[in-house]
Amino acid sequence: MVAIENVPEDAIIICDDVHKWFDDFHVLKGVTATFKRGEKVVICGPSGSGKSTLIRTINRLETYQRGRIIVDGIELSDDLRNIELIRQEVGMVFQQFNLFPHLSALQNITLSPIWVRKMARSEAESMALGLLERVGIEEHAHKFPAQLSGGQQQRVAIARALAMEPKIMLFDEPTSALDPEMISEVLDVMRELAQSGMTMLVVTHEMGFAREVADRILFIDEGTIVEEAAPEVFFDNPQNERTQLFISQMLQH
Amino acid sequence: MEERELNQAIKPPTGSKGIPQWLKENLFNTWYNTILTCLAFLFLYFVLKGILIWIFTGAKWSVIPANLRLFMVGIYPSQETWRVWIVIYSLSALAGLSAGIWGGLIFRFALSIGGVGVILALLPFNLWTRVWILGMVVLLPGFFFLGRDRQGWRPWIVGGWLLSFPWTIGVLHGFGILPIVRTTSWGGLLLTLILAAVGIVVSFPLGVLLAIGRRSTLPVLKWVSTAYIETVRGVPLVAILYMAQNMLPIFLPDSAIFEIDKILRAMVGITFFSAAYMAENVRGGLQAIPKGQHEAARALGLSYSLTMLFIILPQALRSVIPAIVGQFIALFKDTSLVAIIGLLDLLGIAKSVLGNTEWLGLQAEVYLFVAVIYFVFSYSMSYVSRRIETALGVGKI
Repeated sequence: MVAIENVPEDAIIICDDVHKWFDDFHVLKGVTATFKRGEKVVICGPSGSGKSTLIRTINRLETYQRGRIIVDGIELSDDLRNIELIRQEVGMVFQQFNLFPHLSALQNITLSPIWVRKMARSEAESMALGLLERVGIEEHAHKFPAQLSGGQQQRVAIARALAMEPKIMLFDEPTSALDPEMISEVLDVMRELAQSGMTMLVVTHEMGFAREVADRILFIDEGTIVEEAAPEVFFDNPQNERTQLFISQMLQH
Repeated sequence: MEERELNQAIKPPTGSKGIPQWLKENLFNTWYNTILTCLAFLFLYFVLKGILIWIFTGAKWSVIPANLRLFMVGIYPSQETWRVWIVIYSLSALAGLSAGIWGGLIFRFALSIGGVGVILALLPFNLWTRVWILGMVVLLPGFFFLGRDRQGWRPWIVGGWLLSFPWTIGVLHGFGILPIVRTTSWGGLLLTLILAAVGIVVSFPLGVLLAIGRRSTLPVLKWVSTAYIETVRGVPLVAILYMAQNMLPIFLPDSAIFEIDKILRAMVGITFFSAAYMAENVRGGLQAIPKGQHEAARALGLSYSLTMLFIILPQALRSVIPAIVGQFIALFKDTSLVAIIGLLDLLGIAKSVLGNTEWLGLQAEVYLFVAVIYFVFSYSMSYVSRRIETALGVGKI
């Protein structure tokens, strides 16, 4: 195993030469990246570029065949206990919300703290209500997902992930499945979260959000990181021609 | 003015029409439909007339009351019949308490049991039996009111239901504390219900485990489950029952030690058979759960077993309630196959009653009676299943 060099001390996620294949299809072709504690990184790129796959490897929803990933000092391996530890530290928000339809908003949030963190039910519920208030939908605590709008569901999903008190939050296209008028309510919650100092990796097409919130933007195409820059540089002076094309397409509308 | 007209809500056209209008539109709208309708009515008239005349004048119903004891409990000794009532009373008490505590669905269920009791009390039983039955009908609402709003009793009631199985078997058998009644004397509806209840209660969890096993990523578990399911589904239940009855004694070394109760063998056969079908029903439900549910649960740090228990199974089982209840009903009716291996369940008793020279030639009466009993129980299950589906909103969302 090669020692990883030049790693900053405050690194929380280290990806080193990560390769992944879906059968014969080479999705990630040697991704190497380091994410610092408290950093907000937006990952963008054309569809099928591997950006979702990359963040899904970080909490091991996807395996990878070569390279290594270290999250908060724990190296991802096939050891189930390692994986479950990492998953407790890494929250994830999905494009399709993936709330549990048979549980109320409150139960969606308290399930994991109660059964994984062994928190007392009353304590978990008061924490969940606090989180629902934070995302602005405390009045819907006892509704079921099907009774909530897309934006409300996604905010419950964010609260659910936060309930595990994660050190890192992964967002996999959190606003792509939403009606346009609901996008801003979810982005507002994410902005607030960013200000609170959470480490965030966000796959999104919301370029306005990226420019405003991101410390750094990664542009991925065909399984490799093509460009990596601060937002000002990324948008105003992109170096790579694929990035330039992508940005011009994104800004056309 | 115009605006008012625009805003005025227009009622949807009413769909209901009078009966004559409906008849005209659906049954007599063309000349050939008129002829068909008339022919159908004629046919129905003659068939129904024949049936009704037979039921009220031709049939010799005396065979039913004369053998009612046999139909209900088989050759269970009459001086020990009170034990059967003890069992029925304990179950009614539990049902009443559950109805009081959980309300809603279980209340309806208990209500229908009470209704069946009232109907039974009207049947030509002897006086004592009627007293027992009326006692049960009183007991049920009594315990219902006792259990009302006593949420703290929930774990005790669940425990009570779990214990009701060994309790039932224990009271019926006696095990030396009470005089022993061998299972060979258990029969009739009693035996049918015991076989069905054991089959349902045991094959359900077994089926769930097999379904999860078949979808497991562990190859050994997967192949064992698949092989089990496919083997059992490839063999008729009768064959399994025959094997349990006749081949087991050949394989087992010392028949004196390994002599297994005939009824127990039938139970095991029915349960193992039903579990394979149950597994396939549950697997259908498991497959319908979107991958995102697994991912969300795993991303929250839930282990595989917690994910199954709290996320996947509740949704999967809910979506296949109709199929599962269908399987329960099939199992209930399939218990009649034990008559073939010589057990005197409801159908077995019917056959042996008909073998009695006193009641020769009364097949129609006896089999119709047995069919009605099977129907009442099967339809109740179907009804309860529909209520559960409505309550849980299956098919919505």
